[in-house]
Amino acid sequence: MNPADQSYLGLPGPALQAILLALSLGFFAFIMWKRIGLLRLGAPDPRLDHIGARLSKLLVVGFGQSRQPRYPVAGTLHILIFAGFLVLSIRSITLIGEGFRPGFADIGAGYATVKDITALIVLICCIVAIVRRLAFRPARYHDRHARASHGHEAYIILGLIALLMVADAVYEGSAMALTGAAQPFLPLASGAASLLDGGSGGTLETLHLAAFWVHNAALLFFLCYLPLSKHFHVITALPNVFHANLTPAGKIKPPRFDQPDLDKLDKIGVDTLEDFTWKHILDFYSCTDCGRCSDHCPAYFTGTPLSPRMISIKCRDEAYANYPVFGKVTPTDQRAALVGETIADEELWACTTCGACEEACPVLIEYVDKIVDMRRLLVDEGRVPASLQKPMADLEKRGNPYGKPPRKRGDWIAPDTDGTGEESAKDGCGVRELAPGDKADYLFFTDSCAAYDPRIQETARAFGQVLKAAGADVGTLGKDEVDSGHEVRRLGEEGLYEELRDTNLEAMEERSFEHVVTTDPHAFNELTHAYGLEQPIQHHSQVMAQLIRDGRLNLQPKDDDRVYTFHDPCYLGRHNDEYDAPREVLEGLGLKTVEMERSKNRSFCCGGGSLYLFYEGDSERRMGEVRVEMAEEAGAEVVVTACPFCLINLEDAIKTTGREDKMEVIDLAELVERSLSE
Amino acid sequence: MKRIIVVVERVNGELNETAFELLTAARGFEDAAASAALMGESVSDAASELTRWFENVHVYDDPSLAQPDGDYQSRVLKPLIEREKPFAVLIPHTNTGMELAPMLAVRADAPLIADAISIEAVGQEIRSVRTVYSGKVQARVSADPTENGAIVSVRPGAFAVPEAPPEAGGSVHAESIPEDVAPRRQFVETVTPDPSAVDISQAEVLVAVGRGIEDEENLELVHALAEAMGAEVACTRPVVDKKWLEKSRQVGTSGVTVKPRVYLALGISGSFQHLGGIKGDPFIAAINTDSAAPIFGVADVGIVGNILELVPLLEEKIRARG
Amino acid sequence: MEIIVCVKRVPNLSETEIEVDRDGRSLIDDDLEYDVNEWDNFAIEAAVQLKEAHGARVTAVTIGEEDAEDVLRRALAMGADEGLHLMDTTFDGSDAWGIATALHRAIADRPHDLVLAGAISSDEARGHVGGMLAAMLDIPMVALATDLSVDGATATVRHEVEGGLERVTRVDLPALVTVQTGLNEPRYVSIRGIRKVSGMEIPVKTAADLGLDASTVGARAARVKLEEIFLPPKGEGAEMLDGDEESVVAALVDRLQREGGL
Repeated sequence: MNPADQSYLGLPGPALQAILLALSLGFFAFIMWKRIGLLRLGAPDPRLDHIGARLSKLLVVGFGQSRQPRYPVAGTLHILIFAGFLVLSIRSITLIGEGFRPGFADIGAGYATVKDITALIVLICCIVAIVRRLAFRPARYHDRHARASHGHEAYIILGLIALLMVADAVYEGSAMALTGAAQPFLPLASGAASLLDGGSGGTLETLHLAAFWVHNAALLFFLCYLPLSKHFHVITALPNVFHANLTPAGKIKPPRFDQPDLDKLDKIGVDTLEDFTWKHILDFYSCTDCGRCSDHCPAYFTGTPLSPRMISIKCRDEAYANYPVFGKVTPTDQRAALVGETIADEELWACTTCGACEEACPVLIEYVDKIVDMRRLLVDEGRVPASLQKPMADLEKRGNPYGKPPRKRGDWIAPDTDGTGEESAKDGCGVRELAPGDKADYLFFTDSCAAYDPRIQETARAFGQVLKAAGADVGTLGKDEVDSGHEVRRLGEEGLYEELRDTNLEAMEERSFEHVVTTDPHAFNELTHAYGLEQPIQHHSQVMAQLIRDGRLNLQPKDDDRVYTFHDPCYLGRHNDEYDAPREVLEGLGLKTVEMERSKNRSFCCGGGSLYLFYEGDSERRMGEVRVEMAEEAGAEVVVTACPFCLINLEDAIKTTGREDKMEVIDLAELVERSLSE
Repeated sequence: MKRIIVVVERVNGELNETAFELLTAARGFEDAAASAALMGESVSDAASELTRWFENVHVYDDPSLAQPDGDYQSRVLKPLIEREKPFAVLIPHTNTGMELAPMLAVRADAPLIADAISIEAVGQEIRSVRTVYSGKVQARVSADPTENGAIVSVRPGAFAVPEAPPEAGGSVHAESIPEDVAPRRQFVETVTPDPSAVDISQAEVLVAVGRGIEDEENLELVHALAEAMGAEVACTRPVVDKKWLEKSRQVGTSGVTVKPRVYLALGISGSFQHLGGIKGDPFIAAINTDSAAPIFGVADVGIVGNILELVPLLEEKIRARG
Repeated sequence: MEIIVCVKRVPNLSETEIEVDRDGRSLIDDDLEYDVNEWDNFAIEAAVQLKEAHGARVTAVTIGEEDAEDVLRRALAMGADEGLHLMDTTFDGSDAWGIATALHRAIADRPHDLVLAGAISSDEARGHVGGMLAAMLDIPMVALATDLSVDGATATVRHEVEGGLERVTRVDLPALVTVQTGLNEPRYVSIRGIRKVSGMEIPVKTAADLGLDASTVGARAARVKLEEIFLPPKGEGAEMLDGDEESVVAALVDRLQREGGL
């Protein structure tokens, strides 16, 4: 009755098993070879450093499934099925051995019980998952930009897993029914046995053997099906997590890791699949099509052409189509243009680089770097939307996107309110313009928005007053400062970014200071991760939290019983992990606060900063308006933020939605300044 | 006596107002005798109308002149200039004028003053003021007429149309096209612009509306005013966001950049982003309820008031002007 | 097809406070930023698009001081094949005639199927150099093109005419077309794009190379003399109209009429 002892059409069981195994493993190896073939052509990307950190990511995010619980139902199902896989993988291997040698799969009653209960749980999970997809159709699984649905693959895989569970149960249950041995610790197998009880011996034997081979065949089919479908992630997800990007989220990858000099590159950015780094191609293989990225994407939510999920899906479809398992690789000139046709220019420009997608992905797929890499190609080919060209040209000529005179960059310190043009009190808010050779404790890097936008100048002056109250010695680079280049770099204009950065570094070189502070999280991000400064760089929320902690500010909380909420700026929170400092400040001011549902690392982007204010793209709604609604739902009357662009976008949204009487937006520095004792 | 030739333009079969504006300019010369040069097909009616204004009307009536073609017109007019030896030839600085004036200047070997907003003769010299650097600066220029005179292209609207003329007086001179001159361009068709796709970037006069309009229905008032002024309607972003007006009408850094001559801002506070879309230093008039609105910092004239009350009144007064 | 594009480097005066220099004829340019003339940018794009569609050699030509080379480099980065820089102090102070004369000498002897130029420049704002150049070359011209295509030896041009209308006109090459903004969507020129062409040789021609001297070009030869430039008078902030509704509206109508707004 053992499968290995039987002959099938004259073929001994072990021989049949050997043939099945050889065929499937051979085919699997062949497919994998093809898949790896493309990976090997990808651009270099050093992902083998910090092995310890990588192993811990693997443990926490990979085996620990730490990103799953954000979605309670789907997450729980996935954690259970994934754990079931780990337990049942032993069973799968031993059952293959059973085909060669009877008794190979009997590795003890303990495992048998664990395995049986696990199989029961997995079977239930599969049924729940199928019913959920069929009956409840979670919106997340349908992407409005999808051209071809991969939904059927989910049913195939869930069906296959269920089949494996059922086949094993029948295999064991039929044996139990034959021998009549009751096994109370094998609920699934016993269940099957009781269903089969009463069958004739011959039928049960046939069932037993059939179930064995069905299990065997299904398992081997499953293995080969994985790299042909979206379920490749079963194989690639763990390596993908292991090779995840360990650099801070706000750091942008260089155009090429093997060539720092842009001028030596034939082209810059991603033009074809093979221009992606090997790790980014592995990302495509690892996408499970779960839709959590797009579910969190503000651009998708507001109806722009972008859906981050589709970037992965379309690129994987292209990878599978152009590197077919059978047949030749399609030459690049015979493919649809990856950037322009497969992925439209407008999809790429719609991204605000907020990073919500990356924070949501259970297998740590990267999007911002890929989008920036594709934009680099667009910029290199001159395919930049007209609405962005003027501010970019102004950045080049005048160091700010507004086309304002560089000479006036330092004037925000004391606005020319009387219109005389005279240099009135230049130390009005306690901030000095540093001339080359000057010294100050704090260098206040203002960046373009705070330097020129009258509304944001107010926040910069408020921060100046706070620093003044704390007795700090603060100076700016004055007219020698230019834009930090944060946004222009993310729009793909690396060359212009480098020029801006070098101009700033030169101006910094000429002055001495101990700390760098800024009110703009974007500048904070770029200075921290890419300027390579020796001095510590702090965002104003961090500075103010520190000052309050150290008791250096004499605060007199105002009588204010309104409800406050903090809107986390993407480049302070998600990209730099600073969620506590601004909340600490709010607490220090003794304000009544609530949290929005989408707060901290789930924060919803206001619409993007700097150059994104100039971009005109198609969308159904404005991100800022959605965000203001979220604040209202949370019961907030005042939205506090700590980013000039969040302030502009949210203030705008309050006006356009007619909420002026109900809601206010304020910068953290203004809030603190308001509470300074006279 | 200074002979002045005014090149007359017809638009859609009608005499263009520039013909009469340029007559005013010509009369500004002391001791001037103004004649008109008219080119076109079946233009006898226009010619007799012109005799009410000009002493002499030189008429080129030919099917080949049905469509404006500055290259052809310059070769047609050259012998007239050489024969009449005027002190000045005035050409409207219009689209066709921008073809005709420079080509005629080279062919007749006469200096050319471009886009003048004032003209005077000082002795044998012609002096004009013109605007340069996107209207931010003005320049005074001068030219000495050669034996074929000097050519001045005159900005439309820079001179007023004179009072109605005394009846008749002038005479028509039928001129013939020089023998070896033929058009070198072939007219294909006239394109009527799609009315749904407005292009406010080229508009000379804009009536722009902001959130002060309060309600979509109130836009009627603004459209009516714009029609009375012969202006295009523009707006700020909030108005577009509410889908009350098309995106193509939005002025600002995230909208269209405009360079009008006159900008009437109605209920617009004057945000940094909105003002970023206004170039060329237009004359800005603003009406806003908030006297502290930033728009008043950049406007030339301002009124503190409610546009819903003032706009209908404004339209009424403009229409009453006739 | 040989395409010549005439380009000019002009000061970008948006957001700049303008002051007239002591000579009364030029602007103090400490603070000025220069760009390619906006109209010329569309002309370059049009030339490069024609080159991409039909194959052509595109030559960008400019007159100006050393720095004017920037706009030629920019044209090269956009896809022009060569630049030609007419540089000589003798050219200084040329009027439209002088500029057209120099361009004519530079272009006449080289093949030119299509000559493109911006309809107008934002600094002098005459809009006459293109027409003068066409007359000197004795080729037909069409002004203010909003669309341009070439089929064999014929160009089809959509161009603006009076009354807010557009016409389509066909013209045999060689011809000169001046272009209006909005004709196309000019491509972005990246810093890397500029750097890539930074090593390209750009030939320079002097007045003498073109057989010209101070009797034909430059300030002294100018037929239209620049006497002076000045800033139009302007007050700070808005002049606020006060009074009852009737009178403020009447005053506003007056002002609008005076400024050409009616």
